[in-house]
Order: sequence, then structure tokens, then C-alpha cells
Amino acid sequence: MKNNLVKKLTAATLATGLLAASLTGCGSSAATSEVAGTEEKTVEASSNAGYRTLDEIKESGTINIGVFSDKSPFGYVDENGEYAGYDVYFAERIGKDLGVDINYVSTEAANRIEYLQTGKVDIILANFTVTEERAQEVDFALPYMNVALGVVSPESAVVESLDDIGADDEIIVISGTTAETYLTKNYPDIKLQKYDAYAEAKTAFENGNGVAWANDNTEVIAFSLENEGYTVGIPSLGDQDTIAPAVTKGNETLLKWLNDEIETIGAENFFHADYEATLLDTYGAEYEDTLVLEGGK
Amino acid sequence: MDSLGIDVLFKGTNFLRLLQGLWVSIEISLISVALSIVLGLLIGILMTVDNKPLKAILKVYLETVRIMPQMVLLFIVYFGTTRVFGWDMSAESSAIFVFTFWGTAEMGDLVRGSIKSVPKIQFESAFALGMDKIQTYLYIILPQTIRRLIPLSINLITRMIKTTSLVMMIGIVEVLKVGQQIIEANRKVSPNAAFGVFAVVFLLYFIVCWPISRLATYLEKRWA
Repeated sequence: MKNNLVKKLTAATLATGLLAASLTGCGSSAATSEVAGTEEKTVEASSNAGYRTLDEIKESGTINIGVFSDKSPFGYVDENGEYAGYDVYFAERIGKDLGVDINYVSTEAANRIEYLQTGKVDIILANFTVTEERAQEVDFALPYMNVALGVVSPESAVVESLDDIGADDEIIVISGTTAETYLTKNYPDIKLQKYDAYAEAKTAFENGNGVAWANDNTEVIAFSLENEGYTVGIPSLGDQDTIAPAVTKGNETLLKWLNDEIETIGAENFFHADYEATLLDTYGAEYEDTLVLEGGK
Repeated sequence: MDSLGIDVLFKGTNFLRLLQGLWVSIEISLISVALSIVLGLLIGILMTVDNKPLKAILKVYLETVRIMPQMVLLFIVYFGTTRVFGWDMSAESSAIFVFTFWGTAEMGDLVRGSIKSVPKIQFESAFALGMDKIQTYLYIILPQTIRRLIPLSINLITRMIKTTSLVMMIGIVEVLKVGQQIIEANRKVSPNAAFGVFAVVFLLYFIVCWPISRLATYLEKRWA
């Protein structure tokens, strides 16, 4: 219902806006016709369904892949202006096996679903965690990475189990993260100290305001490796989430090809090689098997 | 200098990329500003015309632009048109469209205000001299309007240049985005790079906006 209303509102506003624009003189229509020119060019590239099938992608010779351009080490741009990172390493392989060129599109966390739903990219490979809500909007392929929660604590008093937490001890979390939701739901007795921003939580933890800090395990592992004197006592807590490539809902040919590809390259331990090439510096060898998912399993 | 992290800008092609990003920002904003000035003059004149339906339409247009954050407009034009009409506009054309759409409305309102501030006697004298409406506007009213407009429109123009940083949300890599990419790629080697890189980005925006404001001062003096 709500979704419908939003769509109607958007359409109505858009219509009013465009109407106003077209009615307010030839000026705006100059801009519109300029836009119309580009529209004709690209219209044949996208099929009516809002996505491109596997054959259409192969025929065009280019695949559009949405990646992060500022989330090191998953997707970033190196000093020579080349895309790099764990997700990009996989994207390169996709391009090679499909025999097409890759056009990287720089995405933000907030517009990943929009990009797929409008068919402006063919695949999103941007550290995209699989959730039920998202699975209703886009189609996820087989996963290629694990994420879970992790808990980091000072080396002098390592927290290895949440049952060890004393009645007066507090755990630091960032508001709105899965760590907060998970702990509130499953460990209602543990006291939480909530901070709005990453930097605040980090400072509070370093000052010893809490006995431990719970966050995504990739974050806490990176923290413990970058800062002396901290250990990740619980590297994987709660529900295992996974990270997977996503395609536009209904794009079965591309989805099937991706699933086959992930299984095939899994046989040669591709994602372990990917980890060693891109994530080893940040996370170290000991977390390789915790984080990497090979062949979708 | 090391602690500020400015050195990361000299790694590889980083600085060149930053300048390319700056060019993207300048290109989008200059095209939009140029279109907005021309169209804004037109809309502004139409806003002063005594015609109720026309006034209502222009009012709706202006209010739409005022109420909607540019971010929302960008999403509606770039993603919304594809969803609703199946158009596939390029990100750059969407950005230019949105910025022109915005600039024209605000510029139009500034023009309307400036025309209203020209004393009525100027119109009456022009008509008394036998000029028709077009001549009156072209030779009497617009030259005075434009002089009044300069300080007002400079605010709008520099604001448009700075707001181009939003286009990163529709996948255009402009100067601020390149800055973020550089900072993030060097997060481990120089954690303080954010300060140095943002300082340089600030300087780049300044280098673009300052000549515009100097030009405005010059024109204002010359035409005074």
C-alpha cells in the first residue's frame, strides 16, 4: 500500500514538474530535446523488461557492473585510477569469462537497488549483504563472502563468550547496526553503550568505557589488526549473513550464468586467491576461512 | 606536510584524477549556469506578465523547485524517468537537466524581483517615447535589471557549482568523489589523508568560485 502511494506520488510530482518545465517556455524544451537525443541512443541497449539478458550483454560487448569506488579493500580506486579490491577482482573474472569489456559504475550504498531496478547496471558487486527485504527487490546469486558480528576486547581482558559478561559490564555498539539489534534481541540483560558514529564508538572503546565492542566482524578484525593491544575474542557471532552478487529481479539468464560461474571457479579456489590478493593485507591469513565462501557454500 | 597527508595526492595519477573530477564539476555547473541565465531571464519576464493561469503555473514550478531537495530531483530524473517512462537518460544529461531546472526557477525569481524594483516611471517614459513592449524591455528595463541581478545571481551560481557534489549519487565521479576515493584507498598508509585531501578540494572550489565573484565586482563597478 505504502509503496504504491510513494510510486503514485513520485509519478504525480514528476508529471507536474515536467509539465511545468515544458509549459514554462522554449528554454526548458531545449534541455528536454537535448536529453531526448541521448535517450534514443541508449534505448536499444536496454530491453523493455528493464534489464539486459545474457545474450544482449554478450552482443553489446560491454557489461555494466556497479561497484563501490571508496570502500577499501572491497571496492576502491587505486592511485593509478584503476578499480581494485575483493569485489573488483571477481568482476574482472566475470568480464574475462563472458568475453566482454567491463564498464564500472561507481555506486553508493543508498542507490544499489535503484541501479538494478532501472537496469542501469547489469550486476551489483558492492559488498551487498543478502537480506530478506532486499531479496524481494533484486535477485541474489550464490554468495561469495561471509559476514557476521564480531566482538573485540582489550588483550588484558579478552571476552570470548557473551556469557562471561558481568552484570555491571557494558558493551559498546553503534546505533542502527545489526550488532545493536542482535544484542538487544538475544541478550537483553547485557548493558549496551550506544554511539551514533564509528569514530565516537572507537574513541569510547579506546578510553575503556566498555569491556568490549560489538560490530560487523570485518570492522572489528580490521580494528584489532590496525591497533595494538586488542583481540577479537568472538570472531563470528549470531546469524551468518552472506555477501552475494545481485542482478535485476527476473533476469534469469544472467543469474543462472553467474551461479554456474561461481560454482565453476569455486572448484579452482578462486575466492581464496581473491582473498590473498586483496584482503590479506587488511585481515591477515587467520580469517581467510571465516570470511571466504567458495562455490556458494 | 606528511601528517596532513597531502603527499597521497602525488601518488600515481591521483592529482590528475582530482583535476579531471574538478573538470566534470565545472562542465556540469557551467552548462547549467549558462542555460539557467538565459532561461531565467525569460521565465523572470514571464513572471511579471499579468496573466493568472501563467502566474499559477510558474508559481507551482518555483515552489516545486524550492521544496524539493536537489538530491530528490536527481533521483527522480535519473532513476524515476527510467522506471515510469522507460527513458534511459545518461547521468550527465540528468544532472544538467536538474541543475538547469533548479537554476532557471531561482534565476527567474531573481529576475522577477529585479524587474519589479525598476521604477514604474521607466516603463511609462519608454512608452511615452513611443517604444513598444519589446523595445522597452530590451533597451530600458533589461539593462537596469541585469545590473541589479549581478550580486544576487553570483550567490546562486556559486551555490550551483558547490551543489554539483551531489551528482556522485547518480554515479558521476566528480572532484569530491575522487577526493573520497583517494582518502579511502590510503586509509591504512596515511590515516590523516582526509584533512589534506579535503583542504585541497576546498582550495580547488575556491579557485573556481573566486574569479566569478571578482568578475561580478568588476562588472558591478563598471556598470554602476
